[in-house]
Amino acid sequence: MSWPTWLTEIRAGAQSRFDAAGFPTPKLEDWRFTNVAPIARATFHASTNGVSHAAEFKHFFFDHAARFVFVNGHFVPSLSSSQGLPAGVYAGTIQAALRDPAQAKVVEKHLARHAEYKENWQSFVAQNTAQFEDGIFISIPNGVVVEEPISVCFIATGDATAAFARVLVVAGDNSQAAVVETYAGNAATFTNAVTEIVAGANAIVEHYKIQQENAAAFHIGQLTVQQQRDSNVHDHSVSLGGRLVRNDLHFILDGSGAEAQLNGLYITGGEQHVANHSRIDHAQPHCPSRELYKGILTGKSSAVFNGGIIVRQIAQKTDAKQSNKNLLLSDDATINTKPQLEIWADDVKCTHGATIGRLDDEQLFYLRARGIPEEDARGLLTFAFANELLGRMKAPEVRERLEKAVRAKLDSRLGTQDSAREGL
Amino acid sequence: MLEIRNLEARVAGKDILRGIDLTVKAGEVHAIMGPNGSGKSTLAQVLAGRDTYQVTGGTVTYNGHDLLALSPEDRAREGVFLAFQYPVEIPGVGNTYFLRSAVNQIHKHRGEPEVDAVDFLALVRDKMKLLELDESLMTRSVNEGFSGGEKKRNEIFQMAVLEPKLCILDETDSGLDIDALKIVANGVNKLRSKDRAIIVVTHYQRLLNYIVPDFVHVLSAGRIVKSGDKTLAMELEKDGYAGILEEAAEGVGSR
Repeated sequence: MSWPTWLTEIRAGAQSRFDAAGFPTPKLEDWRFTNVAPIARATFHASTNGVSHAAEFKHFFFDHAARFVFVNGHFVPSLSSSQGLPAGVYAGTIQAALRDPAQAKVVEKHLARHAEYKENWQSFVAQNTAQFEDGIFISIPNGVVVEEPISVCFIATGDATAAFARVLVVAGDNSQAAVVETYAGNAATFTNAVTEIVAGANAIVEHYKIQQENAAAFHIGQLTVQQQRDSNVHDHSVSLGGRLVRNDLHFILDGSGAEAQLNGLYITGGEQHVANHSRIDHAQPHCPSRELYKGILTGKSSAVFNGGIIVRQIAQKTDAKQSNKNLLLSDDATINTKPQLEIWADDVKCTHGATIGRLDDEQLFYLRARGIPEEDARGLLTFAFANELLGRMKAPEVRERLEKAVRAKLDSRLGTQDSAREGL
Repeated sequence: MLEIRNLEARVAGKDILRGIDLTVKAGEVHAIMGPNGSGKSTLAQVLAGRDTYQVTGGTVTYNGHDLLALSPEDRAREGVFLAFQYPVEIPGVGNTYFLRSAVNQIHKHRGEPEVDAVDFLALVRDKMKLLELDESLMTRSVNEGFSGGEKKRNEIFQMAVLEPKLCILDETDSGLDIDALKIVANGVNKLRSKDRAIIVVTHYQRLLNYIVPDFVHVLSAGRIVKSGDKTLAMELEKDGYAGILEEAAEGVGSR
């Protein structure tokens, strides 16, 4: 692929940034609890081999009219479709967009302009920027409402395969759209994903990231959201799969009245590690942000929640609420949770809270006292804990799919826990 | 139906029940009264199987079974029902789903067919009316956002739906205004039958004007210190606990 000059330069710069920084180590504060040595040590290679197997992953696809499938970072046209989109909406590969002069201008304005990689701890973004082969570009013109979600499925297949996923969504002023990213796979792959979303004035964007990769897979993802005034972005992140998963979220509330809602759910078992690090930058006044991340941990799994909120000096009347709640269902599971507030304005509301606990004994007893067996009661309460987040999803087909996936994951994890308990 | 013999229980190393004896026959209504800390709620919770309380002595026989050997869910399936003093909120668990599961657990236990969603609503509709509960409560999570009165009425509503054999009401009247109290009492009275026993645990005599008991027991420091008929409750109302407790203490002392 020959890239346009501007992008070639960006990629070269990103490559030298990555070469200089290397993979992050736990010595960096931002990576203290997430050791990526297994990624750094292994050798991953690009591969196009999996494309012929893409259809095997059909159960991860949504039946949306506009759907895009990538295997190991490569677009699979035979499984993709861009039908049913309103006039003026562009959804297609980044490579194709760069060949279309009208789209290329928008891509040039935004691609790799928002997801930062200047710091050492951001070196995965540098790596992605330097090495992605393709990705998806979605552009919604001003005032256009896209009723049905646009879905993108990134499949990683073949042991030791490195897959770079890249997403750019530009939602014009007063536009509305939903984008669903699904990550699936069947091997010890390494996925490095970067998504940039630009929400114009008064735009409404709902974004989903569903991570269901193989239990041996590595997944590192960056989501950067640039919000203009009165825009409203709801993000839903669900991490179920993977051996080592890290999601970095960076929301920039760059116009007054911009609102961000960050919903996250992680369910871990075995020796899984899932880390979610968010930074919400309140750069302008009168912006509300709501963040709720919930985790269910079993086995010897571990998770990290790091919630950063920055309130700039001019960002008066900021209203930020952050909450991280965790259910620890085994003695060997570990959670590290940390709020990180940096407040420079004086007239703001910022609240944060974290809870780590087991199932509530009183709730459990109440259900049992009505005849519901203990195992069922535990399952019911555990699902209810997760369901608060699923209930916030506006796309019914996504919510229903995830209800099933969450139940399946909980059944398997609770099952593991039972056998552990019986072993005592 | 229920035979409690010399029941002792403790929580966090503290003895709460110090030898309770009580016999309850089918068709009877027993009121258990007593000052705060006398062990009333502990007795109710122990009968329902709450494991925070450690039973240190005595026996409880329920329809020939050793009740204490059963799990809370098995007790419920055998027909024991506790109306909670503080019904807990369970966000994310739908009221309808919860109650239908409870009904079906009991049906399964009795070898009766399960109730589907449509039949279930028909089954509960009349009982919601009886307790003057709004049907919209069924679409909400268990007790979530219910007012204090709604929570208490919801307990009696569940009792009406589950049709238990032994009903234990733990201070169901506390915090209710007179209208709600009448609704609750009416709901309970509708359930009085020759096959069913009811134990009403209460701090206040007022409830017993509406649910008239066959027997009244006064509990103090983990023991039943006096038993009588409904006139005992009136005596308590008039003279307070102090008089009866003094009298009981003398009785114990002279024994």
